[in-house]
Amino acid sequence: MSHLLEVKNLRIELTTRDGVAPVIDDLSFTLNPGETLSFVGESGCGKSMTALALMGLLPEKVGRVAAGNIIFNGEDLSQASDQRLRAIRGNDISMIFQEPMTSLNPVFTIGEQIAEVLRAHQGLSRRTAWAQAIELLDAVRIPNAKDRVSDYPFQMSGGQRQRAMIAMALACQPKILIADEPTTALDVTVQAQIFDLLTDLRNQTGAAIILITHDMGAVAEMAERMIVMYAGRKAELGPVDQIIEHPRHPYTKGLIECVPHIQSNPSIERHDLVEVPGIVPSLREFGKDQCLFASRCAYLTEACLTSRPDEKHFANGQSADCWHAEAI
Amino acid sequence: MTRPFIHEEETPQAQHPFTEAWSMFRKNKSAVGALGLLTLITFGAIFGPYLYPTDPFEMVWMPFSPPGQEGFLLGTDYLGRDLLAMIINGAKVSLMIGLSAAVMTVFIGVTVGALAGFYQGIVEEVLMRITEFFQVLPTLLFSMVLVALFGASMPMITFAIGIVSWTAVARITRSEFLRIRELEYVMASRASGASNLKLMVGVILPNALPPIIVQSALMVGSAILFEAGLSFLGLTDPNVVSWGQIIGSNRQYILDAGYTVTIPGIAIFITVLAISLVGDGLNDALNPKLRQR
Amino acid sequence: MSDLLKVENLSVRFEVKRGGGWNKKCYLYAVDDVSFTVKKGETLAIVGESGSGKTTAALAVARLVKAHSGTVALAGENILQKEAEDLRQTRQKVQFIFQDPYSSLNPRKRAEAIVREPLDSLSQKTEVEKAKIVDELFEAVGLRPEQQRLFPHQFSGGQRQRIGIARALATQPELIICDEPVSALDVAVQAQILNLLRKLQKNFGLTYLFISHDLGVVQHMSDSIAVMYMGRVVEHADRLSLFQTPRHPYTQALLSAVPTVDRAKRAQQKRILIPGDPPDPVNLPLGCRFANRCPVAEAICQTVEPELKSDANGHRTACHLV
Repeated sequence: MSHLLEVKNLRIELTTRDGVAPVIDDLSFTLNPGETLSFVGESGCGKSMTALALMGLLPEKVGRVAAGNIIFNGEDLSQASDQRLRAIRGNDISMIFQEPMTSLNPVFTIGEQIAEVLRAHQGLSRRTAWAQAIELLDAVRIPNAKDRVSDYPFQMSGGQRQRAMIAMALACQPKILIADEPTTALDVTVQAQIFDLLTDLRNQTGAAIILITHDMGAVAEMAERMIVMYAGRKAELGPVDQIIEHPRHPYTKGLIECVPHIQSNPSIERHDLVEVPGIVPSLREFGKDQCLFASRCAYLTEACLTSRPDEKHFANGQSADCWHAEAI
Repeated sequence: MTRPFIHEEETPQAQHPFTEAWSMFRKNKSAVGALGLLTLITFGAIFGPYLYPTDPFEMVWMPFSPPGQEGFLLGTDYLGRDLLAMIINGAKVSLMIGLSAAVMTVFIGVTVGALAGFYQGIVEEVLMRITEFFQVLPTLLFSMVLVALFGASMPMITFAIGIVSWTAVARITRSEFLRIRELEYVMASRASGASNLKLMVGVILPNALPPIIVQSALMVGSAILFEAGLSFLGLTDPNVVSWGQIIGSNRQYILDAGYTVTIPGIAIFITVLAISLVGDGLNDALNPKLRQR
Repeated sequence: MSDLLKVENLSVRFEVKRGGGWNKKCYLYAVDDVSFTVKKGETLAIVGESGSGKTTAALAVARLVKAHSGTVALAGENILQKEAEDLRQTRQKVQFIFQDPYSSLNPRKRAEAIVREPLDSLSQKTEVEKAKIVDELFEAVGLRPEQQRLFPHQFSGGQRQRIGIARALATQPELIICDEPVSALDVAVQAQILNLLRKLQKNFGLTYLFISHDLGVVQHMSDSIAVMYMGRVVEHADRLSLFQTPRHPYTQALLSAVPTVDRAKRAQQKRILIPGDPPDPVNLPLGCRFANRCPVAEAICQTVEPELKSDANGHRTACHLV
């Protein structure tokens, strides 16, 4: 099967006050049609930057693709013109954001905004676009879509706004939907609704989903495969269940164990949570020829400080960039 | 074992926010230049009269002697007074009025704005209606009436300028207070038992200062202009000399001896421009959003 | 152990303006007739989603918002009546840890001054004593002495939260209210702060009122839990009882909605999806506030508001069907 998206040795550089930093450093992965792939990591690890690169939305003048390819349907997006990228954005690849209030335009109704996307990309008439906007709102389970279509964003609740965002993102039946922390600003019961919706929509439309999140639980619920990012580099990649069962990178292990996961039968005794000491390094440290997780790592040895770890491969496509992956 | 970098361990240099603002300000070339110019003007206003001790009221030569002739660098005015001496002595008055009017403006504005923004409710309603009243007054007319009624002394002119200009500061202060009072560190101070006065003066005000400082810097410039306007209309203390007054008293001869009006005009222009540029630089330096990256 | 905090029938209401131009006065009861107790040395968690009133309840207990009615008794004394000097005494005993470590520290003050602030306002200690206390606090929360001279923006999020914790400990309070203390932090840093809070509790015998929306964190931190929905406590029980046998349909839905990495649990447990959104808090329905989203609601739920009833073990639930 050919891949829907193939990213090869991607390197993205960001120009900061302290010089040029590789915020994405030699990242390769593939995405298949209908699959959900999740990017996990703390803030500042390059999760969102990956999404922006796929969308061709890197911050102008500051960020650039320095090396590597982003091959979507046989076409290299890293070489594509701005015009071509505009045509792809919202049409073939679309995105939903963390804060639905700020990503919807407050002065237009929901219907107008969805219809606008349809008219721009598919050349529909005003009337058909409006009718389809209603259908889309219905599809994302907004009750009374016919009436709600002429609501302004402020008239909706957070969950409904995120649904409207999803409707807008799905308007042109994209092949890839990028969801950047789509439920972080939402309550847990609403999050469950949104996850449920996304899964159903994926099954209906066959779109692939890239889910960016910091929540291991969300990854386990939603995704088949995941990529753990640390300091702009891939730490671990593989099937979700397998990684949760047996993480091969100490950072993945830390991310899973440091969260107090809810248990239906909690013990009376409570142990301290496993800590990952320290914080994500600053951009200045990015790109060094060593393991960037070394300063927080319990498995630290001399090798970690002198060279960047190789990719170690395991069963079912699991791989970890750690000198001690086999021992973990 | 050596560790190459340990983030939690590194202790950054303690830097006061104002130190940081200064390093930001220094990057703005035109603002730094303007600040230098302003320092020069201030220096000239303070020490000029000693360095160039000609009496600005003394008729030293023929009237309308053009600049550069007979040893008078800027020439003489319609009474034969040395224009350079007048400009030097006028600088002090213009700057003094500008500064003290700005101080008065800030004092009234911050007090009203802080009380309105902090207490809200009825206090805010009343204070903001008063602010609006002063805002809709025709400012020049009102100050003219004040000066005409109570006499054209320096303090009165300052007061007349200050009383019509404080509304902008009050509005800015109020909106800053409204924003900052909702932040958690204010709540934290309240939980720590801070009194209302302490919250206002010790916690909220220091954080509200940046836009107020910028506004009051610009206020100095507009107060100088305002004074010039009043002087031009003849509402001025005849016993002192200010830039606006030089323009005002020479205005009849503008066609015959343009320089008598142009030179003080240029002095006002340069000073106000310098103040605006410094204010602009302060705005960039104190605005935390620009400081981020 | 004895009850340190006893909250009875606490209500907090806000005036809201509704209606086009007429500004009709309406009241929003953010906290509506809420009662709970916290035992000395233990942690009570208040759980709920946004708009449940959990934070408002905490603020009212700390006297940071005005309660409309009810009593808040700290060691037997109603602190809602206290004014002036008495209130200052009370503030020493109840301290607050805020959610957002970025907005809860005054950016113009050095770390040491932030931690010392409660001592300056509330105690009569000398400068030398205060400095010594600040030193000890910095050590207790895991910060180094030379960091005292730094300004908040020079710290990371986790370190800032440590400063916030040190500030809350300064006056040796009897009750510390933690309002979502880790929700603004990265996951790996969350564990550091949660461990610190538990260690401090053990070392100093602290009592926590712990506000959170994260059930995993709550399960880890608390001894008993009150679940709030739309200003009301719908269920209140000790930790084991609540997580093993959640009774209120809302609690059940809430628990099942949490994504989990536990594959076995995911397979066996069917997720209870509750549709729709909470009702308008100003025009509350007649009956149970959860009725419009409740998967098991019956006729009585639409008309009669259920009361919080306790079973023999002290597991309290506000539902007609329990």
